[in-house]
Amino acid sequence: MEYTNNKESCAIGNMNLRDLTILDAKEGLKNKQFSAVELTQAALDQIKLQDKNLNAFITVTEKEALESAKHADTLIAQGVDLALLGIPIALKDLFSTKGIRTTAASNVLDDYIPQFDATVVTKLKSAGAIIVGKTNCDAWAHGSSGENSDFGPAKNPYNLEYVPGGSSSGSPVAVAAGMSLMATGTDTGGSIRLPASFCNVVGLKPTYGRVSRYGIVAMASSLDSIGHFTKTVADNALVLGVTAGQDPLDATTPNRDVPDYSRFLKQDLKGIKIGVPKEYYAQGLDKKMQKLAENALGVLKSRGATVIDITLPYSQSAIAVYYIIQTAEVSSNLARYDSIRYGNDRSYFGEEAKRRIMLGTYVLSAGYYDAYYKKAQQVRTLIVDDFKKAFEQVDAIVAPVSPTSPWKIGAKTDDPLAMYLSDIFTVTANIAGLPGLSVPAGFIDGLPSGIQILGPHFSEEKLYHIGHAYEQETQFWKEAPQV
Amino acid sequence: MKLDVRNVAKLANLKITDEEVKKFEIQLSEVLQYVDQLQKIDTTGVTETSQVTGLENVLREDVAKQSLTQEEALVNAKSQHNGLFKVKGVLDNE
Repeated sequence: MEYTNNKESCAIGNMNLRDLTILDAKEGLKNKQFSAVELTQAALDQIKLQDKNLNAFITVTEKEALESAKHADTLIAQGVDLALLGIPIALKDLFSTKGIRTTAASNVLDDYIPQFDATVVTKLKSAGAIIVGKTNCDAWAHGSSGENSDFGPAKNPYNLEYVPGGSSSGSPVAVAAGMSLMATGTDTGGSIRLPASFCNVVGLKPTYGRVSRYGIVAMASSLDSIGHFTKTVADNALVLGVTAGQDPLDATTPNRDVPDYSRFLKQDLKGIKIGVPKEYYAQGLDKKMQKLAENALGVLKSRGATVIDITLPYSQSAIAVYYIIQTAEVSSNLARYDSIRYGNDRSYFGEEAKRRIMLGTYVLSAGYYDAYYKKAQQVRTLIVDDFKKAFEQVDAIVAPVSPTSPWKIGAKTDDPLAMYLSDIFTVTANIAGLPGLSVPAGFIDGLPSGIQILGPHFSEEKLYHIGHAYEQETQFWKEAPQV
Repeated sequence: MKLDVRNVAKLANLKITDEEVKKFEIQLSEVLQYVDQLQKIDTTGVTETSQVTGLENVLREDVAKQSLTQEEALVNAKSQHNGLFKVKGVLDNE
């Protein structure tokens, strides 16, 4: 592999882009070390340099990005201060962007140009962010590895022969390799936390309803959660302050204040009770992954947290519940793709979309509804109750994101069930609508893995508190990929 | 339980090849067998969860707002006629 020997990476000021955080960049822009145009150009150069190997982007928006950057420089010169002014970001290609092709990584939408922006896109633009491109993912967000993309798989920046995780596969790659300083994702069953874990970046799946879903290609509407990837927890908290909040265009977003999440980034964990669900550490968990999680718990204890054993008895049933509810909602959401108003006809759907549409159609069909869909919704209640009980005892739950570290490209593509089971630790949070933060936790045989911190509804500030304290001690994010 | 792939594909308006029928039959049966584990769980008297927000009757004021123009609405339509979406007949006798 010629790529691993290629140590070239673009720099801005004295910082290499793969080490540059949003907070660093804001400082650099403020102190006039570099301009927004220079920073954006550096990100675009990094994409040119790296992306032929990584395949993180479906569309690069060079022209629009440089125009926005020029405008950002004008605002900076006027003394305007916005949360993400002049910061290069990327959007998972599920986020509608006015005038910019939005494919959902599917051939069905390969020429679709939305007439409007998703609410989150409007908010990010208003906060001054510069969109450098649209990132690769599993088509329709169906997958755990990125390999279901109709635009070819994105590669893990730590080893190109391995998957970066999915479905939001290109976004964490873009952040880890310094091609953008933040990238958005969607998490329906783990699609932010898993790839964040596999690419050594921080990924947030917010509480269901915390961030508007309007304008984002829907996968399973009762589970979809809109989040983002960053290098650090502090960067992540900054971005949620921009994206969160009620949206009249999404009736599932409550009228609830958006706190300044950055205020909760504390160093110590005194008084914090962390739950460790015994079911997550049972059979099926890779030994090295178990060690990695135990090390993480050790760090949390050393910062003052109390670790308590808890039980989530119904978590074993989560994948079964998920593959009924999710496919049912997928079959309904993908029914709209008829090629009349936009897109190509249904013969353009890939294999995985067809599998899920058919499973969903089947579990909702007359005669089977009670046995599958109704039953799954009842067990969903039991899983919700599991967490309610757990959060009476603890402030947060810490567990591995995935039972294994990244696997080789192709290893699971012929076995859908094996692929589905890689989400066993992540789907529970979607079923219960809980927030989850994936934070880098070290390396197994040279490949990154993360831990996830789960909390009660709308406890993002607590997840950031714990994640930040953990990150201060470990600093794994600084082990940038040698690209 | 056996899944009739051809029938389900028809219900879902998907065209699938003979080769796909064979492959999907195996793969989908495997998934259905896996999810069947739920049948062992006693859910007597358990309420179904269809949403987790607890929000109900979220309404907006009934006021007209600016929307897409007719021209904008049609920009992605491959088949159109006189400013309208053009579709094939949906009834057999048309």
